[in-house]
Amino acid sequence: MKPRARAGSEVLLRFDNLTLGYDRHPAVHHLRGEIVTGSLLAIVGPNGAGKSTLLKGIAGELRPLQGGIELRGLQRRQIAYLTQQATLDSSFPIIVHDFVAMGLWREIGAFAGLNHLLRRRIAEAIARVGLCGLETRPIGSLSGGQLQRALFARVLLQDAPLVLLDEPYGAIDAASVRDLAALVRQWHNEGRTVIAVLHDLEHVRQEYPETLLLARELVARGDTANVLSDANLLRARQLAEGRGEDQAAAICHSDHDAA
Amino acid sequence: MTETLSSLPLLSPFIEFGFMRRALAGCLALSLGATPVGVFLMLRRMSLAGDAMSHAILPGAAIGYLVAGLSLPAMTLGGLVAGLAVAVLAGGVARNTVIKEDASLATFYLLSLSAGVLIISLRGSSVDLLHVLFGSVLALDDAALFLLAGFASLSVLALALGLRLFALEGCDPAFLARISRLGPVAHYGFMILLVLNLVAGFHALGTLMAVGIMILPAAAARLWVCNLGPLLLIAVGTAFAGSLIGLLLSYYVNLPAGPAIVLTLGACYLLSLAVGPLGPLASRWRSSWHFER
Repeated sequence: MKPRARAGSEVLLRFDNLTLGYDRHPAVHHLRGEIVTGSLLAIVGPNGAGKSTLLKGIAGELRPLQGGIELRGLQRRQIAYLTQQATLDSSFPIIVHDFVAMGLWREIGAFAGLNHLLRRRIAEAIARVGLCGLETRPIGSLSGGQLQRALFARVLLQDAPLVLLDEPYGAIDAASVRDLAALVRQWHNEGRTVIAVLHDLEHVRQEYPETLLLARELVARGDTANVLSDANLLRARQLAEGRGEDQAAAICHSDHDAA
Repeated sequence: MTETLSSLPLLSPFIEFGFMRRALAGCLALSLGATPVGVFLMLRRMSLAGDAMSHAILPGAAIGYLVAGLSLPAMTLGGLVAGLAVAVLAGGVARNTVIKEDASLATFYLLSLSAGVLIISLRGSSVDLLHVLFGSVLALDDAALFLLAGFASLSVLALALGLRLFALEGCDPAFLARISRLGPVAHYGFMILLVLNLVAGFHALGTLMAVGIMILPAAAARLWVCNLGPLLLIAVGTAFAGSLIGLLLSYYVNLPAGPAIVLTLGACYLLSLAVGPLGPLASRWRSSWHFER
């Protein structure tokens, strides 16, 4: 499968024979390809296909077993990464305003105060995700959808050139999905690169021009309509099930060399 | 003027007796220094770890005692070294073996407590042992007061500077690790603060009670508010008020001062459980009110 690159676009990310996994058991095999700046890319595939593992690898939180990921003109700390299970302790006594404001860390660090301008940006981010009026509520009292909105507001303030979203719409209501998807479109229009792991293929077809179909290895990559063909989806399912029957098959020859 | 004031039963012990004033000053220092650390300890779900750490400083203090007797600098230094060593070792064992952190801390604290008691009994009397285990808040001398005040000042300063860092580390450590290199600074900085305050608490309340003035006010305050700033203030206020009442109880009812203070703080916690707006009774009452409407 040839990597797709738009003419005139700069490459932001390059996978070089990338193999990622845990305890020497690869979850993503020999991935090659490039992602150009400004892409709006969906990663789809069956359960256990290595989608979340790939995002973790891009975020730099998992060292490749083999090959590598090259970030061009971008540092790891400039990546905004929203994980599938939010890592936060929602019982922590912090109000929505202060929680969202943590997104400004790169600008204010541990010590600097909030000036008028930064306060306005926080208020705008909270308004943008539809949490107006809840600024002083503790995060523990938010519903699942509201908490996800707060997390998106924090990502918004991070002002990151690359945004990674891992199943951002799991278990939240339709209105929240609609509002947050609009925010993702806004990021795309601003020229940011967004890579999202998603399950809802209809949503992907509507919102994402590009898709990467993964089943431990690359199945297809390119225009969403072409990638999400019945043939490709069937092949992805077969690949995932085939691997599932024989775990040893997941350890391929060259990985032994790498280990 | 002084005569009218000393006729007030709540003030007269402190006006008449220097040791009561010293005890109150020591408790104020602990409330300002140790209690905010206790709030973070509770929020990081490390209350039991704090208890284990307070035992961990015992063998160090005991070795200081073995070398120099009931000497403040020797026991302080010994306690600091032992506390920091156990903080690092217990974390290392939990990360590198199949033993989980709670079991790892429990093993270290059992070893520390038995080693500490053994070392002190090698040389000292049972009075000395009681002093080490339960503290001597009514016998704080100038040096001890300066030490408590010094550690408290350092602690308040460090928390004020690192408040945002400690808050983010408690709330979302994975996010902190992603956006900043300061995660380990927050973790080990907090451990150092914890050990400093445990050693301070050790001098006043002893190794078995030092954690009391950290955790009980924090837990009580958590039942009243949902925001970190007010939480810290209420916890500090509760700690000082509880210490004051505990000292008065010990004076008038002739109780040992350390346990009286910790029991008073415990009563504050029980009261908060009963009437605090975030306590179990209040939330039950609220939900029944909702249905009646």
